[in-house]
Amino acid sequence: MIANVRENLTPKEKYIDSLKFALYCTTHPLDGFWDLTHEKRGTYAAANTILALALLIRILKLRYTSFLFMEVYWEDLNIFMYLASIVFPLTLWVLGNWGLTTLFDGKGRLGQVYMATCYAFTPYVLIQFPLMIFSNFVTVQEAEFYSVVSLLSLVYSALLIIAAMGQIHEYSAGKNLLFVVATLFAMLVMIFILMIFFSMVAQGIAYFISLGKELMFRM
Amino acid sequence: MRKKNLFIRTLAAFIGVSVVLFQPVTACAEEKHYTYNYDYWGDVQESPDLYSVSKVLTSSELGLDVKLKNPQGLFAVGNSLYLCDSGNNRIIELNRVSPEKLEVVRVVDSIKGGSGPATFNNPTDISVSEDGNIFIADQGNARILKVDKDFNYLMEFIKPTDNTLDPALVFQPNKLVVDTAERVYCIASGINKGLVKYENDGTFSGFVGATPVSFEWTDYIWKKLASQEQRAKLESFVPTEYENIYMDYEGFIYATKARTEDQARSDENAVRKLNLMGDDILVSNGNWSVGGDLYLGSGGGYEGPSILTDVTVMDNDIYVCLDRNRGRLFAYDDQGRMVFAFGGNGNMDGYFRRPSAIEHIGHELYVVDSLDCSITSFVPTEFGNLVYSAIEEFDKGNYEASGNYWQQVMDQNGNYDLAYIGIGRALLRQEQYKDAMKYFELKYDRENYSKAYKQYRKEWVEAHIGWIVAIILILFLVPLTIGKIKSIKWQIDNADIFKVEENR
Repeated sequence: MIANVRENLTPKEKYIDSLKFALYCTTHPLDGFWDLTHEKRGTYAAANTILALALLIRILKLRYTSFLFMEVYWEDLNIFMYLASIVFPLTLWVLGNWGLTTLFDGKGRLGQVYMATCYAFTPYVLIQFPLMIFSNFVTVQEAEFYSVVSLLSLVYSALLIIAAMGQIHEYSAGKNLLFVVATLFAMLVMIFILMIFFSMVAQGIAYFISLGKELMFRM
Repeated sequence: MRKKNLFIRTLAAFIGVSVVLFQPVTACAEEKHYTYNYDYWGDVQESPDLYSVSKVLTSSELGLDVKLKNPQGLFAVGNSLYLCDSGNNRIIELNRVSPEKLEVVRVVDSIKGGSGPATFNNPTDISVSEDGNIFIADQGNARILKVDKDFNYLMEFIKPTDNTLDPALVFQPNKLVVDTAERVYCIASGINKGLVKYENDGTFSGFVGATPVSFEWTDYIWKKLASQEQRAKLESFVPTEYENIYMDYEGFIYATKARTEDQARSDENAVRKLNLMGDDILVSNGNWSVGGDLYLGSGGGYEGPSILTDVTVMDNDIYVCLDRNRGRLFAYDDQGRMVFAFGGNGNMDGYFRRPSAIEHIGHELYVVDSLDCSITSFVPTEFGNLVYSAIEEFDKGNYEASGNYWQQVMDQNGNYDLAYIGIGRALLRQEQYKDAMKYFELKYDRENYSKAYKQYRKEWVEAHIGWIVAIILILFLVPLTIGKIKSIKWQIDNADIFKVEENR
C-alpha cells in the first residue's frame, strides 16, 4: 500500500485516498501514522470527516442503542453539551500536547496533532456503529458482549492516539509515554485555569450588575 | 443511584458551572401533593390517592374517660385491635365495627396471678398468638408477659442470661412478635446483637438477624492510626438496633431499622425480611431501595432519611411502612417496588405529629399517633382497590384479569410505573411477547424486557428459519461461485494454448 503513492491526484481523489488511509493507520499504526504526516497521506478534510462521523455516531447511539445499555434522561439532555464531551477534551488534548512537545523537540505541528488524533478515532467509528445495531438484538444475559466490545473500541482508539503521537513527533516509546502523561496533566491545568477564568469573569460581571442595580435603586 | 449522570462527564459539569453562574437563582416551590410515587429516574410523580382518611379517632371518639397518653403499640387480630396506652400503663382492646367506628371492649391495667407486679409499667407492644395467648412487652418492669385471653398470668420472659451482655444493662423489651409455636422474638433497648429469641418454654435461645455492620474503609484506617483515647471517642462499628418488627402471615419477620444518611444514599434497604435463620430474604427488585423518601434534604423543618418506625404486611404481600420523620406511609409490593407514598406532618386529617404504630385489617390501615393520641383509619379508594385487585389477580394466576385491572389503573394514572410493568407481565404470561416488550421498554424494566425479548426472538427465528438458512447459504455460495468463475476465467486467459495463438 505504501508503494503505490500516486502523485498528481485531483483533490477529490486525494480526499478519498486519505480517508482510506485511515483504515491503514488502524491496522498498521506505527507505519501508518509516520506516513500520515511525513508522506503527507492524511488530509484535514478526512480528519474532519472522521471526527464528524464520531460525533454523529455518539448522537445516534443515544436514540438507537437498546435501553438495556443506554438509558437517556431526555429531560436533562443538552445535545451541545453532549457533543462537547468529545470536542472539549479533544481541543485540550491537541493544545496541551502541541504546547508541550513543541518545547521538547516534537516535530509535529498543531494541525498535525489534530489530524493524527482524529485519525485515531477510526476504530470508535467502525466498532460503535455496528455495535449500536447489534445492541437491539441481545438480552440482559448477553450484555457482556456489548460492554466488552464497546470497551475494546475505546482502548483501541486510545492506543492509536498514543502510537500516533510517538510517530508524528518522532519520539522514542519511553519519551512518548512520558509526554502522554504530561499532556494529561496539562489538560488538568488548563481546566483549572479555565475554571478560575470563568468564575472571575462571572464575579466581575456580577459586580457591575449589582452596581447598576444599586444605582437604579438610588435614582 | 447510577443513571442520570451516566453520560455527563466532568467537563460538561464544568461548562455547566460557568453557565449557571450567569443565571439568576430561582427558587422552585412546587405544590405538595398528598399521594405520590417515584418513577424510574427518581422523579416524584403525583398520583391519585390510594387511601382516604375514614376517621381520626381520639379518646373522646373512642369514649374513654381517661385520655390516651403516648400510645406506642398496636396489634390487630381478626376484628380486634389491641392498643398499648403506654403513658397510662394500660392495654385497650377495641372492636372494629367499621373503619369509622371502633368500640372499646375492655380496658386492662393489671393482670391476675404471677409473682411480679400486677400492674403494667410502660407497656410498649403487644402481640397475640394463634392460640389466643397475649404477649406484652412490659418495658418498665423489665419483662415480657405471657397471659391468657382473660389476662391471667401464664409466664414471663426476663433478661437473657448471656455472657456477652453487660450485667448492668437493664432489660427493656421494646417491640415483640410471636410465631405460631409461641416463640417470642423481641427488640430490646441497648441490645444490638439482633432480635432476642425465646423458646416457648421461656428459655433464651439466642440472638437472630443482627444488621450487618457497614463502615467506610477510610474510617477503618483512621481507627487503626488513632490512639486508645482517640479510638474511644470515634464512632464504633456496631450493628444498628431495629426500630420495629412484624410477623407476616407466613411467619417471616419484617424488621425495620433507621438508616444513616450514608446508608440511605448508598441505597441500603431500611426493611429486612428475616427467615428462621435470621437471613435477610427481602426481594428488592425495584428501581430504588426499600426505605422511604429518596430526597433527604431539609423541608418544613425535617431532614435526613425516613425513619421507618413500624411496618405491617398485608395478605397480598404488600407491606406498608410508617415514617416517623416526615409522617408518611410507604407501601412496597413483594418485588420491593413502591406502590404508593402519602402523608405528611401536620394537624389535618391524614397528617401526623408523631406516628408510632401501624396495623391493617384487610386492606384498611390504622395508624397510631403518639403525640396526637389518636388512631387514624384509612380505607382504600376506588383507585387503591383497582391496584390491589390487579396485584391479587396476578398472584392467583388470572393474568388476563390482572392485565385488565392494570389497564384501568393506567387510565386513571398514566404516570404509574407499576401499571405498565403489570400490563407487561400479564401480556408476557399470555405469550404476547412483542406487546409486553413495548410496555417494559417504556418503564425501563430490563429483566422482564429480556425475558419477553428472548421468547420473541426464539419465535421469530423459528418462524423464519427457512429464510435465515437461505440467506446464510447465499452469503457463502455467492462469493464462492464468483471466486470460482474468476479463477476459471484466469486459467483460460493464461492458458498456454491461447497465448501461443496471441503470439502469432
